[in-house]
Amino acid sequence: MSNVVEGLKYTKGDEWIRVEGNVGTIGLTDYAQNALNDIVYVELPSVGAVLARDGAFGTVESVKAASEMHMPAGGTVTAVNEALESEPEIVNSDPYGAGWFIKITLSNPAELDDLMDAAAYAEYCAGRD
Amino acid sequence: MALEPLIYELSSPGRCGVHLPGLDVPASELPAALLRTELDLPEVSEVDVIRHYLRLSQLNYGIDKGFYPLGSCTMKYNPKVNEDAARLPGFAALHPLLDIEDAQGALMLMYHTQEWLAELSGMKGVSLQPAAGAQGEFAGILMIRKYHLSRGDTKRTRILVPNSAHGTNPATVSMAGYEAVELPSDENGDVDLDALLAACDDTVAGMMITVPSTLGLFEARLPDVIKAVHDCGGLMYMDGANMNAMMGVLKPGELGFDVMHYNLHKTFSTPHGGGGPGSGPVAVNEKLLPFLPGPIVGILEDAGSLDDVPLFGWVMPEQSIGRLKAFHGNFGIIVRAFTYMRMNGGSGLHDVSRYAVLNANYVRTALRDHYVVPHDRTCGHEVVLEGHWKDVPGIHALDISKRLMDYNFHPPTNYFPLIVPEALMIEPTETESKETLDAFIEAMKNIAREAHENPELLLEAPHITPVGRVDDVLAAKQLVLCCVPIPDWAGSPEFKTSTD
Repeated sequence: MSNVVEGLKYTKGDEWIRVEGNVGTIGLTDYAQNALNDIVYVELPSVGAVLARDGAFGTVESVKAASEMHMPAGGTVTAVNEALESEPEIVNSDPYGAGWFIKITLSNPAELDDLMDAAAYAEYCAGRD
Repeated sequence: MALEPLIYELSSPGRCGVHLPGLDVPASELPAALLRTELDLPEVSEVDVIRHYLRLSQLNYGIDKGFYPLGSCTMKYNPKVNEDAARLPGFAALHPLLDIEDAQGALMLMYHTQEWLAELSGMKGVSLQPAAGAQGEFAGILMIRKYHLSRGDTKRTRILVPNSAHGTNPATVSMAGYEAVELPSDENGDVDLDALLAACDDTVAGMMITVPSTLGLFEARLPDVIKAVHDCGGLMYMDGANMNAMMGVLKPGELGFDVMHYNLHKTFSTPHGGGGPGSGPVAVNEKLLPFLPGPIVGILEDAGSLDDVPLFGWVMPEQSIGRLKAFHGNFGIIVRAFTYMRMNGGSGLHDVSRYAVLNANYVRTALRDHYVVPHDRTCGHEVVLEGHWKDVPGIHALDISKRLMDYNFHPPTNYFPLIVPEALMIEPTETESKETLDAFIEAMKNIAREAHENPELLLEAPHITPVGRVDDVLAAKQLVLCCVPIPDWAGSPEFKTSTD
């Protein structure tokens, strides 16, 4: 059973976003890292990139597949987790903590209303098992 | 099975496989500065060399050795008559810069290949230029682009791609300068029609769809999909890599597709998968005829009488997107594919597709009680299973595939399509007998039982190969792209083979 964290917002594409004020931290869920298996490579955007909701911001590659990561909400990238470049396995070991991908300033916080909360996401995952 | 030693390890000082004739000219000493005291060459006899390389060749697994159900790749048997034809000196030794008068046989073969591919697809014109499927796709999307631009229609920036399409499709879209818009599939595995209709507007240049899809399914509402895209002014591209399911049954051109590509190396039985180059001809309807990549082969002068033959030569379509390849495509592959088409004939190709579909459905129905079949309806030329069970969570598709090797079968495609969890994609092809299919089905059933009764058998497989499980995570992270120097980790405990 995969771990879902309260207080985060979730997408159908298995990204999570933690919102503090106008800043969002984005990562990949435990369900997704589990399905992808060992992650061997992560590609991140440049700081300063402006991306719309659903826009691709990065790639995550495992021994099984390469997948694109999409923005849960639009915004400007203010930081990327450079540790993932040399140690992508952090996404497997700590997907909601040290395995974060990017931080953004939200361009339209109202977009967050369309995302799932923890309970809805847990149900969404259960429906796929 | 033991790991074959390197030829250097078979070396024995003084042994020699070559005997030079005695010296019949005055001996001359080489300058000392040019001499080496040590020369690292293996010293082996002729029989050592022959046995070494024969053993190595037997470690290979190929279609000539056994069943190869690698889904999406159409690993059918490659008839040897194709090789005979490709080796005819008139083809094999032909220089691509010869005057057309001296290459009429080759040009005629290419012309008739174009005609056959046009007939099978229901299209109006064919170019044999693309060197492989992905280049065929690229050519197709460039033609769509040029079509819109030639009409002054510059608004179209997006191409729709269902998530059940081949992975090369979105890549092709990006390469051609378009934005790929992914469409979801519905619960039946078909394109979500509501999502399609919502995406269709005057910014859509076209849609790329794989038929049958990578789920092995024939799109249930294909005419509706085609109409929706045409209604908004877009063109329809069919990825024809799966044409082995449809020859003589359905003509994409008659269904409304504007352009498609073939994979000659799949459908028309030329060696591939490390065994040879591909060929990805494109076929188009009237709208795209002027844009075909060229030159293509045309008739320059009609035959004077019934006993005569026409003069074949090169024709550049008026508004061609240009050349895609030096000279004229992968000609050797075209000869093999043409031979295959002529050996089968029209009705034979129809049978090929009927048996390919029959075989896939035979496997599907035989395994449906042992594996999860996510879309359990009549499939095309391949069937997708889920390689996991709820009651044995530690077993994955990869473990099933590794165990299949112990049964002397090549594993199916793993983890593709991406929209099926733990996907096992099985494409038996038409060339397999019922006995072979039954043996494969029996092995798959055994493995399903072993997964529940003795999962270690799967987790430790394969047992009979010289190299067992390799650490693919380590391999992906620490790429070693040359053979020397041997890195430190090669001696570490993580780097293990089954012979350790």
